[in-house]
Amino acid sequence: MMEMQRTIKYDADRVKGFGREIMNVPGCEQLEGCIQCGTCSGVCPLSIYMDYTPRQVMALTRGDFKNEVLRSHTIWLCASCYACTVECPREIRITDIMYELKQRAIHAGIYPKRFPIPVLAREFSAMVRKHGRITEMLLVMKLFLKTNPFAAMGNWRLGIDLLKTGRFSLATEKIKQHGDIARMLDATDAKKGSRA
Amino acid sequence: MKYSYFPGCSLKGLGRAYEESLLPVMKHLGVELQELEDWNCCGATAYMAVDEAKACVLAARNLALAEKSGNQQLLAPCAACYLVLNKTKHYFEDYPAMKATADRALGAVGLRYSGNTPVRHPLDVLLNDVGLEAIKQKVSKPLQGLKIAPYYGCQLVRPYSTFDDQYNPTAMDRLLEALGGTVVRYPLKTKCCGGSLTGTVPEAGIRLVYILLHEAKKRGADCLATVCPLCQFNLDAYHAQVTAEYGPVLVPTVYFTQLMGLAFGLPDKELGLNRAAIPFKWRPAAAAAAAPKPAAAVA
Repeated sequence: MMEMQRTIKYDADRVKGFGREIMNVPGCEQLEGCIQCGTCSGVCPLSIYMDYTPRQVMALTRGDFKNEVLRSHTIWLCASCYACTVECPREIRITDIMYELKQRAIHAGIYPKRFPIPVLAREFSAMVRKHGRITEMLLVMKLFLKTNPFAAMGNWRLGIDLLKTGRFSLATEKIKQHGDIARMLDATDAKKGSRA
Repeated sequence: MKYSYFPGCSLKGLGRAYEESLLPVMKHLGVELQELEDWNCCGATAYMAVDEAKACVLAARNLALAEKSGNQQLLAPCAACYLVLNKTKHYFEDYPAMKATADRALGAVGLRYSGNTPVRHPLDVLLNDVGLEAIKQKVSKPLQGLKIAPYYGCQLVRPYSTFDDQYNPTAMDRLLEALGGTVVRYPLKTKCCGGSLTGTVPEAGIRLVYILLHEAKKRGADCLATVCPLCQFNLDAYHAQVTAEYGPVLVPTVYFTQLMGLAFGLPDKELGLNRAAIPFKWRPAAAAAAAPKPAAAVA
């Protein structure tokens, strides 16, 4: 039997106040003035892979459709190239709104299976907190081991190239005052008093 | 001319050829770089997806260290570091509350930041502080006959166009021409390389890489010149995946500083030219050929 699915959104799907909450975040204020022209979707090099285009994400966010945007693939496909931000005629900092949505999805524990970006963000921030610097090869290895070990094997050629060209290094880079980073990050939390 | 130098993690890691070529080239031009004492990761794009206040705090520690060092100007060669450090400065100017949060976090480790450290990219310093004339005088082996696609990527000019046009940047074009190279028209010069998507969502990332390489090849470029370690890595290291998906487009990608080094006649081994997976084999002719061109042959 054919599965019936509703394709339009109802008022009941909204999480009232979500849009306003986002528009109160520093850098996201201009969302209010979005005219839905679609310039962002047109210039985005990744919109062809997105479930909702950037224009739709702007409308859904402003319209309080929290669950839809936080579960969308779009926020994880954004590569932070800022093309939309520069082109937007209403000066909406779309890239920064995408960052805000990513943060909220991570915070809400919404980690879509197909997208290891939240894992990357988590491993990245843990490494910075501990050592103050990123050892890139170590980060890449961790990412693959925690998400898709088979993909890592598929990249054997890359590994060999890096070995041959002297770029494969797992020696941990760290700063001398490494306790300082954790102290600063904790002091940031203490003053904000909210999100981790 | 003296600057604090913020290498960032990539220039000590996968992008080490950038540092290897940047340092001798700057020294050759009499620009003194002092590595920022105990610098930390700028946070890059990854940390912005975790928490922007903390991302700004991470960047601010480096700005504070630069201020403390006494060299007011901070040189950031990596496009991502350059963006994050500039973005943090903008946040602090636009949102005093964020600056106050960062001040308290810095205070917890005995640092302070007044907000005045200018963040500069090597291209900016080369064109506006050193000057193209001074650079031309150092060219002993012009890049004659080398066709170069100038690839700036996103984050150097977006969203903050501090020293160049954000739609059609030309700083690197002018520099490469001053070195004697031929700059091909490359309309994709600021199109995104996919950033970390090459690793996280390869079907999307690899396609963006392919588009850039294919266009360079179509335009007849012998190589792409880049200003960003992640762009260089993406365009170079994923050649096997690109080939498997779309067929071979083996155009080498080099840092603009490596081309400068070649034009200055610096030895290959000082320029990290052995670091690329797609080897860049072209070399300028010996110094003799660098003599002024004879009058045009009579047809």
